[in-house]
Amino acid sequence: MMLRLAKTSTFRLTSFYMAAFALSVSLILLYIYVNTVVLFERQVEAGIDAEVASLVESYDQGGLAGLVETIRRRGGYSSDNFYLLTDFFGHRIAGNLNGLPVKALGRRGWLEFPYLVATANGFDRRQIRAFRIPLDRGFSLLVGRDVQTRRDFGHLIKRTQFSAIVLVIVFGLGGGLLMSRNFLKRINTISRTIHRIMAGDLSGRVPVGGSGGELDRLAGDLNRMLARIERLMTGMKEISSNIAHDLKTPLTRLRARVETALGKGDSATWRKALKHTLEEADRILHIFDALLLIDRAQFGGLKDNVCDIDVGVLVNELRDLFAPLVEDAGGALNCRVERGLGLRANRQLLAQALTNLLDNALKYGVASSCPPVIEIAAHRHNDTVVISVADRGPGIAASQREHVLKRFVRLTPGRSKPGNGLGLSLVKAVAACHGGSLRLIDNNPGLRVELVLALNKIGR
Amino acid sequence: MRILVVEDDVQAAHYLIEGLRQSGHVADHVGDGEQGIEVARDGLHDMLIIDRLLPGLDGLAVVETLRREGIATPVLILSALGDVDDKVDGLRAGGDDYLPKPYVFAELLARVESLARRKTPTETKTRLVVGPLEMDLLSRRVRRARREIILQPREFRLLEYLMKNAGRVVTRTMLLEKLWDYHFDPQTNVIDVHISRLRAKIDRGFDEPLLHTIRGAGYLLRAPATKW
Repeated sequence: MMLRLAKTSTFRLTSFYMAAFALSVSLILLYIYVNTVVLFERQVEAGIDAEVASLVESYDQGGLAGLVETIRRRGGYSSDNFYLLTDFFGHRIAGNLNGLPVKALGRRGWLEFPYLVATANGFDRRQIRAFRIPLDRGFSLLVGRDVQTRRDFGHLIKRTQFSAIVLVIVFGLGGGLLMSRNFLKRINTISRTIHRIMAGDLSGRVPVGGSGGELDRLAGDLNRMLARIERLMTGMKEISSNIAHDLKTPLTRLRARVETALGKGDSATWRKALKHTLEEADRILHIFDALLLIDRAQFGGLKDNVCDIDVGVLVNELRDLFAPLVEDAGGALNCRVERGLGLRANRQLLAQALTNLLDNALKYGVASSCPPVIEIAAHRHNDTVVISVADRGPGIAASQREHVLKRFVRLTPGRSKPGNGLGLSLVKAVAACHGGSLRLIDNNPGLRVELVLALNKIGR
Repeated sequence: MRILVVEDDVQAAHYLIEGLRQSGHVADHVGDGEQGIEVARDGLHDMLIIDRLLPGLDGLAVVETLRREGIATPVLILSALGDVDDKVDGLRAGGDDYLPKPYVFAELLARVESLARRKTPTETKTRLVVGPLEMDLLSRRVRRARREIILQPREFRLLEYLMKNAGRVVTRTMLLEKLWDYHFDPQTNVIDVHISRLRAKIDRGFDEPLLHTIRGAGYLLRAPATKW
């Protein structure tokens, strides 16, 4: 558990910040220390310099006796200032120091040495900073100041530094662990949910807290993604069961026919059975082709082979192609196209989509009593081109219009007419891959299917 | 005709070669693209039938290589990829025709024979004659046995294509491709209706029909005397 906590990104982040914080605290304290010490030192040295100058002056004026007198006056034993006048051999002549410390023997200029002060319970060791200057005839003068305060300050800074780092580490580690634990708890919940989903339960959802933080946002996104996946999976299941049904039926039929034919002995039956088998196989292959084409259109794999299309030309071509068929059925194919409508589209796909619509109108858009009247029209609506195919047949009930766009959905009872239920699905996919839409509208009577695509002015 | 089949699927190749031989052609077979290029370079074949998905060198690459080398032998590409866009790719690569698998053998044969005709460029004719049927491409008039036949523009183009391919089977998809430039299967009998209208105009009232329906394949326009 500790190891997992320590591995979390929160913990690593906290540790990093903790280290950075500790370092900066140390640097600040060091800066304060150095500056304070330098200032203090300068003050001490300036004081000593002034003292030395005035004492040398008094020696020059009053000789040795005058100097001794001045030292005695200034340097009581309780003073922070120290004085020592020595002769050629280093023996004390005057001053409040007992003798020259070993370190100072034979040296001149700035020096520092420890010094013991008697207190109520023993000795107190203090530090002295001093300046030693030689006088004439072997005499020499030492003037010093107690700088133990500076030492104490340095120690204080060091202790502060140490305790600050310790505190930062303790609080940092503690906070990091605490935060990581909370984080880990949330992540664990999410990961448990995901494991459950991977095990097959798609209905699982990640719990969302109410705080609206980034984890909640993530959880929300995850849930939306899961919902989409679940929808897609349901769709896939639907499609595969549809495929299974739509392919199983002809395959079963095919198998039964072959079996029956094999049971009989004459070649005429075999020939007939083989012919049917071939037709059935072609039908199955066509279903596969249509499915593949729909998939490719849906996944936008048809961006190539897009060209400028004059809608008028396209509609006339289709009218040309279909008119004899409609006329043979005793009906009429009317054409009503605005001039100068342009599109950028995959011509083959668009033509195939419209062919499907015309084919549908001929197959299903025929009222039982009267001949088919089909109208193919195109007009401009704002920045779109609306291409419509309308019939005067029984139409499609409003409640069924969404449903009929799905794959393999066929409304004719008993599947009496040939078809695979993929025609409108393809039209919808074609509309979608061109960034357009498909609408089914009541034609009063009959059905009007409108393909709405973005306008592209001809000649651009 | 001597035809080279480049196809890795042995069974499919066998079916194809058997069919071509029965139709009176000589067919050779190689199993991959490199061999295909090597054999095609010899220039012994009048036509190449190349499968698109081959092991190693892909069918389109074979066609491209041959075209770069200046070998202009007509190529029919066969492919399990039957999408419109795949077709366009195949034709762009230098193929002369493209047939998606699975195909009806009659369709393949019709296309092979149509390609063979295209190979020998005939001087631009202004008059087509098939038996008693005459077409003047300049004045756009059609006569059969001196009797004028009035045709719609689309019917005229349909007949023109059939007359140019006289004596050869023309399939429904070929007509849809040539006359409408639609490379998909509309799954309806639209073309049949156009043909029956044309037939009514050129054959009605005459003893010998010129326009024949070949079951499972397509249509055939031929002069009465020639034997099918």
